[in-house]
Amino acid sequence: MTTLAPDTRRLIYERPELLTDRSSHYCPGCGHGIIHRLVAELLTEMHLGPTTIGVASVGCSVFAYDYLDIDFVESPHGRAPAVATGVRRVRPDAFVFTYQGDGDLAAIGTAEIVHAAARGERISVIFVNNGIYGMTGGQMAPTTLLGQRTTSSPAGREANLAGYPIPITEMLALLPGVSYAARGSIADPSAIGRTKKMLRRAFDIQLAGGGMSIVEILSTCPVGWGMTAPEAMEHVSKEVVLTYPLGVMVDRMKDSPTSKDKDEA
Amino acid sequence: MTVETTARPVLMKGNEAMAEAAIQAGCDAYFGYPITPQAELLEWMARRMPELGRAFVQAESELGAINMALGAAATGARVLVSSSSPGISLMAEAMSYMAGSELPMVLINVMRGGPGLGSIAPSQSDYFQATKGHGHGDYRVPVLAPSSIAEAVDLVAEAFAMAERYRTPVMILADGVMGQAMEPVVPIYRMPPREPAGWELTGADGRPPRILRSLHLQPEDLEAHNQKLQAKYAVISEREVRWAGERLEDAEIVVVAYGTAARVARTAIERAREAGLRAGIFRPITLWPFPSRDLAALAPRLRAIVVVELSAGQMVEDVRLAVEGRTPVFFHGRTGGMVPTPAEVVAVMERARDATSAAASDTAVLR
Ligand SMILES: Cc1ncc(C[n+]2csc(CCOP(=O)(O)OP(=O)(O)O)c2C)c(N)n1
Repeated sequence: MTTLAPDTRRLIYERPELLTDRSSHYCPGCGHGIIHRLVAELLTEMHLGPTTIGVASVGCSVFAYDYLDIDFVESPHGRAPAVATGVRRVRPDAFVFTYQGDGDLAAIGTAEIVHAAARGERISVIFVNNGIYGMTGGQMAPTTLLGQRTTSSPAGREANLAGYPIPITEMLALLPGVSYAARGSIADPSAIGRTKKMLRRAFDIQLAGGGMSIVEILSTCPVGWGMTAPEAMEHVSKEVVLTYPLGVMVDRMKDSPTSKDKDEA
Repeated sequence: MTVETTARPVLMKGNEAMAEAAIQAGCDAYFGYPITPQAELLEWMARRMPELGRAFVQAESELGAINMALGAAATGARVLVSSSSPGISLMAEAMSYMAGSELPMVLINVMRGGPGLGSIAPSQSDYFQATKGHGHGDYRVPVLAPSSIAEAVDLVAEAFAMAERYRTPVMILADGVMGQAMEPVVPIYRMPPREPAGWELTGADGRPPRILRSLHLQPEDLEAHNQKLQAKYAVISEREVRWAGERLEDAEIVVVAYGTAARVARTAIERAREAGLRAGIFRPITLWPFPSRDLAALAPRLRAIVVVELSAGQMVEDVRLAVEGRTPVFFHGRTGGMVPTPAEVVAVMERARDATSAAASDTAVLR
């Protein structure tokens, strides 16, 4: 009879509890899947499932509620920060976040995000910047890079016709109501790790009673960009970051501690 | 629960009376944006709500205000928003989403003259918008029209009850006179009982997650959702019709009017009766559902109907639809903030009588 060696295998990757077990509708190479996973990991690790009310926006990620196993309310296009304000004001103990695309947040919803920030609403904003209107077929967004071809800027975005990309997170970071503002990306594994840390910090700040915490995440839209998935990832790390530099723009709660990652515990 | 706070009449401004009625009805949250002639409502809430530890936000716009209401309503809170005509146009988007997501809310429109920026004077020119319009899609919203401040107080509580009973936004359609006028009232406040909703978002603690949404991408799903909404609207149409009549027993000419126009009509029918004309009033209180059936039942024994509105003629279309040509319908309206006078209304009633008298019967040209 053979004796088995003791099992030294360690589970290093599994589906987080709060990520539903269903196949994704997102296109191959789209960043929403990675970002959903990060959110699900954090909500699970931080035991936030039972208290979270998510606020979905309009864009490809409107279906976030199909993948995150938590309570969700859907907003009209751009209005998620106002909807989240309403939730927050009557549910002081809830964990509240919005999940918004760049068309949603930086175009139609500009007033709602700026004023929720100015009021210092205690909500976390997950802002996914793929530089394009994904859901409606790849039109130009306010975040579209100069020169970038889209279905509504077929010759490439020209400043004299369509203005300049909006660095809206930098603009928001100026407001004292914003306790934390950072920009990460999902272009490679180490960037994903750093982005997760930013999201954790944003969530911690909400739990510690801070004002708005916002993490912009540079993401991909290979179909809208006319690229393969690997090309899109490389485009983010080589090109997009030149217009939208990565890093923490402001942390107004430096003295408040950050919770531990499950791997560091 | 009925709370009678005072036995003696107190002098109250319509906007403030409606605000306090909402508070007494257990309103948990108010969101608004300043606009005349409803600003006192917002100001009353700005003072009272924080005092009571309830939510108040002066939003960045009416879009902001109503979407805050959407978020608060999604958690099961009792929510009020108010505005006046131009602001209601901005709120139209979220009205559609809230109807689609079946979220209760009370919305007060203190109407002013339009179109566009119009004027700040009273008007009833948002009847179409309230009863058939605002946002996109197949949906309905109950619309309640008070014609006195005491009635407004009562209808605010009723609106919350209805909103929760049917999971729908409910609109109170007042006008600048109702908002601005002061009247002695014995306010009878009511707090509708709170039923556990069972759909509200609280965090998925020990239960499956809940999703509140209006998106149903599969045509089969959206049709099924629409059928469910329509079934609900059919129940509301069946059960919630309200109207009030005065001096209808022997009336030969009846004025159909709501809100401030009904106040003018009341004076007008008394004068008409003094002049020997048997006049009465039919006053819709629910504008949707419109009291079509009761009006249709009354119509055959009338010589004529006179519709009076502070508009170019909006509710008159529902009156005509209700009577289906069986009774001649005359209209008198003033716009832009002008209010019809009792004398004008009496003159139209007399014209209606003359046009429908036996002598004139075959040749009368009816407007
Ligand atoms: C009022 C309104 N206008 C336009 C649309 C159409 N629409 C749906 S999604 C979208 C843009 C989404 O882009 P973004 O926010 O960048 O998200 P993405 O789809 O790229 O993830 C637009 C314009 C809408 N649903 N509602």
